[in-house]
Amino acid sequence: MRRSREPIIWALFGGGGMASAFFMPVLILVLFIAMPLGWVQGAPFAELQALVRHPLTRLGLFVFISLCWFHWAHRFRYTLYDGLQLSHLNELVAVITYGIAIAGTVVGAVLLWGVG
Amino acid sequence: MNPKYRPYYPRWYRKRIPIFWWLQKRSHAAFIGRELTAVFVAYAAIMLVVLVLAMDRGQAAFAEMMDWLGTPAVVAAHVLVLCILLFHTITWLNLAPMAIVVKLGDRKVPAAAVLIGHYAAWVACTGGVAWLLIWR
Repeated sequence: MRRSREPIIWALFGGGGMASAFFMPVLILVLFIAMPLGWVQGAPFAELQALVRHPLTRLGLFVFISLCWFHWAHRFRYTLYDGLQLSHLNELVAVITYGIAIAGTVVGAVLLWGVG
Repeated sequence: MNPKYRPYYPRWYRKRIPIFWWLQKRSHAAFIGRELTAVFVAYAAIMLVVLVLAMDRGQAAFAEMMDWLGTPAVVAAHVLVLCILLFHTITWLNLAPMAIVVKLGDRKVPAAAVLIGHYAAWVACTGGVAWLLIWR
């Protein structure tokens, strides 16, 4: 019997769920709401730029966003199955959702590689 | 004789379920809503990369993006996104004790401790990121 891929996919989903649960609210609050509105000063630009150009930050960000993609793929796949009753399109839905996750991971890698 | 009748092949009894079945009950809507938070997780991931690229391009590009992010409609949209992401965080952390069984030696760590541990980790991550971006 062929071994199931489900545990790997579930681990990526779970990792993405945990990482985004821990980090996304504060990132959105600080970077996308508080800083544009001037509620907080934010670190000086040169420091922020040095931070995002640091290889470890870019590596961490790459791992983070790819986990987010696989988290999305897994949940969206099952929402299509349960919510829209598309379980008869199992293979197609899985190929599309995980395909988008893989594409997002590759694009993220290329873009973050070019930073700095 | 009914032309649709086939001996030994009875038609299955299948109740048609409406496509929006999950809107009829609060708990079902919350379940699908929780699953759909993942769309906003993906959105936030994309926007983070866009912001990093703007920071990399230089101060002018970063300031331009901050101006756009500060426009009322964009702020309103991101406040909504933040609420949805908080819904994701809270529902996710509340499920943690059911998904994760921690054992110390041969004793099971109580579910409440696992829950508190996860919330503490969330607070720590939030503080760490805020420190890195603001006060450092």
